[in-house]
Amino acid sequence: MQSWHYADLVYMYTYIAVGIAFIAVALGLSRLVAPHHPSKVKNEPYECGEVITGQPWIQFNVRYYVFALLFLIFEVETVFLYPLAVAYKTLVKTMGISAFIEMGIFVVVLGLGLVYPWRKGILKWV
Amino acid sequence: MSPLVRLLVSLAISFPLLLLNVVFIIWFERKTLADIYGGIGPKHHGPFGLFQLAFDGMKLIAKEDVIPAKADKMLFIIAPFLVFVPAFMTFAAIPVYNNIYARNFDIGIFYIFGATTLIPVGIILAGWASFNKYSLLGGLRSAAQQISYEVPLLMATLGAVMLSGSLSLVEIVKAQSKVWFIVLQPFAFIFFFIVMLAELNRAPFDMPQAESELVAGYNVEYTGMRFAFFMFGEYAMLLVMSALVTILFLGGWNSPIPALNGLVPGITWFVLKTYLIVFIIIWIRGTFPRLRVDQLMHFSWKVLLPLNLANLLITSAILTVVYL
Repeated sequence: MQSWHYADLVYMYTYIAVGIAFIAVALGLSRLVAPHHPSKVKNEPYECGEVITGQPWIQFNVRYYVFALLFLIFEVETVFLYPLAVAYKTLVKTMGISAFIEMGIFVVVLGLGLVYPWRKGILKWV
Repeated sequence: MSPLVRLLVSLAISFPLLLLNVVFIIWFERKTLADIYGGIGPKHHGPFGLFQLAFDGMKLIAKEDVIPAKADKMLFIIAPFLVFVPAFMTFAAIPVYNNIYARNFDIGIFYIFGATTLIPVGIILAGWASFNKYSLLGGLRSAAQQISYEVPLLMATLGAVMLSGSLSLVEIVKAQSKVWFIVLQPFAFIFFFIVMLAELNRAPFDMPQAESELVAGYNVEYTGMRFAFFMFGEYAMLLVMSALVTILFLGGWNSPIPALNGLVPGITWFVLKTYLIVFIIIWIRGTFPRLRVDQLMHFSWKVLLPLNLANLLITSAILTVVYL
């Protein structure tokens, strides 16, 4: 790692720290000024004034999970395309047409990866 | 300038800049929406109601901070941090002019997308921790929507990256000094714009916050400052994404007319273009009805993704011919 890589990290962490500090200061300030009178009714979940029935932490539609998996696969594959895109000019200059063919193969495989769940009916949101 | 001084100066500039811009955008949105539906909007405090947001802020600070008794307290407290901090983080990477930026990251695009990917985590935490059916549904919808549109977002950006051959935002703008990428990559621009609206949970993709069906979505149970930080993060992201469109496709600080290049400072063009995008986003909110959830998911996976792949293939084919 070169020294300016550390500088990048320093910038990132400083910005994170300042963001967190800002929220903490604002919340602290609010704690000083704001009233605090908790009551049983006030601390109930808000569901338009109705008495709540059942509880929200239950099993929900598995479809969300399936889409999260799909997202993971495609996101990783797209990230792989980035180095290729950055180096594309050099690749074409050195390898000629085969650079395009290799990129084409990768994109087509990605497309096939989309066709498979599509045909299986996974992309159908009911 | 020593590195430490530079870091402090960039913080001292970008932090107030973020606050002022967010406050201004919220005022701008309320005023524009009011004009669209024939209302008046904020008008009592200051000229054209410009100080309305200062009073709103004071009100929010003085509001009681309610945490529901059954909520998961720790996650409930963490969630606003995860929405606001990534939005602020991205400010470190946005270049406003040739040499005016906090940090010119080599992988600026990855940095920004990496940070924004944390936001759905914050939103789903808020929805889950609140112990409320509406907020859980809002959080799940929002997370499903944002991860579904993340893939087309990255793919649409690939067009600009391929043309410039760099991930650094400064290099990408410099590559557009002659021709803007909106001319070379019109489809990528359109895809990016649509996907951006979904990423920001903006109309017509604002199901996560559908007032009429989910009360207000993932932040129903939040009050006072905690609620304010969700809003803050959201509008900061609106600004960052508009700036990103400007950088990736609209030529950043390059002037639209080459003759004006030296006359007007480039930073003016950057601000004007960014606010043009902000205005269009608000305009869309005032004009289009909301989509259904299934339409939204199908649109991302069955329309945007294949079209983006096709765009990528065509772009690389043309580039091969050009470079050979």
